[in-house]
Amino acid sequence: MRELELYFGPQHLGMVGNFSITLQVEGDRIVKATANPGFLHRGFEKLMEQRTWIQNFPLVCRINVVEPDHMELMYAMAVEKLAGIEVPERAQFIRSIYLELARVGSHLFGLWAYANMLGFDTVANWAMYHRDLILDLFEELTGGRVYHIYLWPGGVRRDFPEGFEERIRSTLHTIGSCVPDYDDTFFHNRLFYERAHGVGKLSREDACRMGAVGQVLRATGMKKDIRKTEPYAAYDQVDWEIPVRTDGDAYSRIWVVRDEMIESVHMIFKLLDKLPKGEAYQRIPNPFKWKIPESEVYVRCESSRGELGLYLVSDGGDKPCRAHFRTPSYSHGLTILEKALENESIADVGNIMISLYITAPEIDR
Amino acid sequence: MSQSVLKPFKAIKYLFAKPKTLRYPFELKEPAMRYRGFHVNDWETCTGCGNCADICPNQAIEMIEIPELVSEPGKTNKRPRIDYGRCCFCGLCIDICPPGSLKLTRDYFHIHFDPDTFVFVPKNEHTEPEKYFPTNEYSVLKASLSHRRKDYDGFVSDLKYSLFEPERVPMPVVPPEERMLSFIEHIIGYDREEARKEAARCLECRLCEEACPAHLKISDYIHAIFEDKPEESLKKIYEDNPIPSICGRVCMAHCEKACSLSIRGEALSIRWLKRYAADTVKDFKTTLELNPGPATGRKVAVIGAGPAGLSVAYFLRLSGHKVGVYDALAGGGGTMRTGPPAYRLPLESIDRDVDYIRSLGVEFFFNTRVGKDVLFEDMLKEYDAVFLGTGYTRSRSTQVKNYEKCVLALAFLTDNKIGKPWKVGRQIIVIGGGNVALDVAREALRLQHIQYPGEKTAVKTVSLEDWGEMPATEEEIREAREENIQFHPAWGPKEVVVDESGKIKGLLCRKVKSVFNEQGRFAPAFHENKEMFMEGDMIIEAIGQYPDFSFIPEELFNKLKFTQRKKLSVDENGMTSIAKVFAGGDIVNTNMDAVTAIADAKIAAQGISRYLAGETVTA
Ligand SMILES: Cc1cc2nc3c(=O)[nH]c(=O)nc-3n(C[C@H](O)[C@H](O)[C@H](O)COP(=O)(O)OP(=O)(O)OC[C@H]3O[C@@H](n4cnc5c(N)ncnc54)[C@H](O)[C@@H]3O)c2cc1C
Ligand code: SF4
Repeated sequence: MRELELYFGPQHLGMVGNFSITLQVEGDRIVKATANPGFLHRGFEKLMEQRTWIQNFPLVCRINVVEPDHMELMYAMAVEKLAGIEVPERAQFIRSIYLELARVGSHLFGLWAYANMLGFDTVANWAMYHRDLILDLFEELTGGRVYHIYLWPGGVRRDFPEGFEERIRSTLHTIGSCVPDYDDTFFHNRLFYERAHGVGKLSREDACRMGAVGQVLRATGMKKDIRKTEPYAAYDQVDWEIPVRTDGDAYSRIWVVRDEMIESVHMIFKLLDKLPKGEAYQRIPNPFKWKIPESEVYVRCESSRGELGLYLVSDGGDKPCRAHFRTPSYSHGLTILEKALENESIADVGNIMISLYITAPEIDR
Repeated sequence: MSQSVLKPFKAIKYLFAKPKTLRYPFELKEPAMRYRGFHVNDWETCTGCGNCADICPNQAIEMIEIPELVSEPGKTNKRPRIDYGRCCFCGLCIDICPPGSLKLTRDYFHIHFDPDTFVFVPKNEHTEPEKYFPTNEYSVLKASLSHRRKDYDGFVSDLKYSLFEPERVPMPVVPPEERMLSFIEHIIGYDREEARKEAARCLECRLCEEACPAHLKISDYIHAIFEDKPEESLKKIYEDNPIPSICGRVCMAHCEKACSLSIRGEALSIRWLKRYAADTVKDFKTTLELNPGPATGRKVAVIGAGPAGLSVAYFLRLSGHKVGVYDALAGGGGTMRTGPPAYRLPLESIDRDVDYIRSLGVEFFFNTRVGKDVLFEDMLKEYDAVFLGTGYTRSRSTQVKNYEKCVLALAFLTDNKIGKPWKVGRQIIVIGGGNVALDVAREALRLQHIQYPGEKTAVKTVSLEDWGEMPATEEEIREAREENIQFHPAWGPKEVVVDESGKIKGLLCRKVKSVFNEQGRFAPAFHENKEMFMEGDMIIEAIGQYPDFSFIPEELFNKLKFTQRKKLSVDENGMTSIAKVFAGGDIVNTNMDAVTAIADAKIAAQGISRYLAGETVTA
């Protein structure tokens, strides 16, 4: 049969974001896939070298629109380590609650994308609506819906408003009460199984070898989560489980996402129960005079799509002299995607891509 | 795991549920209370400091001059202008705003065909009432930057989360119980760590520099301290102020009143940081590396070695003139030497500043009274110019019955500081409500503790002014109260009561009705029938000072012009109405403090140099 080269880029409805894949196909089988990053390079890391320590705080969240809060966390943690800033305990709890809300929000967004992709528009719309309820919480807490600009060096930018804990609980109850509907309509839907099972399969060996992280790794049976292995914020203050699946396919990955959301919600309840009193912010130095001694640091966390890291260097000045983010989509969107697409059908490109949880802005930055 | 093809149809039940989507614009969603929408700025409290523009990561803010606003100390006539093409609504500008005037609101609609409207000078409903509407008159269909909701604050400043530190590094002081037993300097001074930490609070907006009469380069010298370079700091200070050891202790700190941090927090401790620079640098001479300019061959006489005289001598010497300073006292400092008690301003600190000025080649003639030891008219002939910095050196008296039994403030302070200390009474009454009265009272208290250790003694003050009206600074009043000085505000002296042998028994006082008349002039009125007798065996009058011009021969004195407030009238060069005679300090300005004397001296030094170069017309 004749080999064809097929360009799968932003012109295709199945492609979310400014990213593309060149597919070599034989019939509707993919022989070889080549990812083409670079469409979304905005130069954030370079830009960070030109902004003072505090001016980078509103910037970093914008690197990835679906993962803004973990970007804030990485920057704050790195600066805190470099500058030796202690974060109050209450702020650590608020951070964890905030980050888990972000995880649920991000997963709902992912579920929207995935369900939409497979044509499950109903579920997609539910997910979008429920994500909006979480954005309402964010809006109340931070003053912004998408870019929260909230988790900053020294703690968080404002404490919970009056009665906020109750509103988190009730929103999560509202969303949680719909889990049976999600399950019946989507997760236990035979069609979902048919479309996703065995698709885009990745062996545990390949996953480890190619640097898979997050759900992609956990869907191959690896129980790995930075929140457990290197706890930050308040993740070591409550009990929680790492959900895993073993098949390494799109189906497993999306199930891990589902289980993780539920685990996050439980975790938020536990964190709220233990939320300590006290200050939520340790004041940072005067931003106009803030210089950080020469040093370098690498910090990492478990973002909604897996291990996210930041390498930050200070040369003793008032700005970073180098910043580099290690993002989950970097490996998922390049090597792993290429591998996972091999021998799959053209119709499953979007399916696999979204199940790998790739977001283009993370690849390029 | 059970998969099903039928269960998914359960979702059909949602067909009959109420839709979740809001039907905008008929159904509106209220933005959250902390929403980060468009800015408002309260022009009344905004100081135009420009910190918002400095912090904005997107350079969205430009400070623009508003012609209809006037600049005043602590306030510029600039206000922020925001480019909404750049703003990312991060709110850093809100968290750095010292007065908290800049806020983000919950408004977020602006649709316009003219892109210029997106560059916007935020005001608020007080400054632009026509653009702000109460909820019932507000229409979302007209919503824009010129149709906004009233009382719609969103993300606003919260001091706990501000990007500046509102609290001072506390100044270590000797506790009251200990300090009132001796003349030990009660302000201990910052150490290196504390000074750097305090200096780090400065936002470098420079509002203070406008407010300082002598316009010191405060931001720069504070920055040098922050960078642990006290030498650099002192060099910066000496560009405008040659008596930092003195001013670092007793300056009236006009700058601190203008400090933007003081609006909602505590002002930067500018005065104590100056003291830190002066006290930390061990050797002024090698650090400052200043040298007199090339010799001009001109000679200037300076009468009075107070802050004005010392400063004019310093600046003139740096310009290469020969300078001789005459003073009746045995050392330099003028009233600084005789007035502020040693626990506030020790003689060593004064001498450090004076010695440095002497080291530049300024000649001092101490113990020399002009008009007696040398004649003013001779000096006029001998010198190319003469500067008068003779200050207010005489105390006023109340002139009430038996007033001659009382002691005058300046005599008391001077003798205690540089002469033989007074034998004080056990029950001392100080008349006056200003800083001088409190200096007298606190000094008297210390002498009591030294002279009558362990005995029951008391110092009381009476002042015409009530709490809140007293001219003394809050700081002085607080410290005096900590030391158990008793205050009797709103009482006026009527008579010094003496016994048959002529010894003081006490002071008879009348209750004050009001101190100022309707025109705001000093005109005390009393309740005739409300009297109080205050027991005491010593009374000190501290109600004000006046100048002594008796050294000027009459025919010259008659040529001198005075202002309505009885100040020597000088022109923009500091020259009086007599040719080649210049003046500054207390006899010229109405602030009557050290730093204003320095400011006068700067003007006069330049004026004298110009005059000597033949650039100005003589009077
Ligand atoms: C008790 C007291 C406390 C004060 N505390 C403060 C304070 O904390 N902070 C502050 O900023 N200000 C303070 N002041 C005010 C401050 O002292 C004056 O504003 C300042 O000293 C004025 O400086 P000057 O150079 O004009 O004159 P002065 O400092 O008054 O100096 C005048 C000098 O001229 C000399 N002189 C006068 N006539 C002759 C003559 N014929 N021949 C020779 N010499 C002559 C005098 O001996 C005197 O030394 C205080 C004043 C008093 C009285
Ligand atoms: S909100 Fe942020 S981007 Fe906008 S003007 Fe203020 S500091 Fe600048």
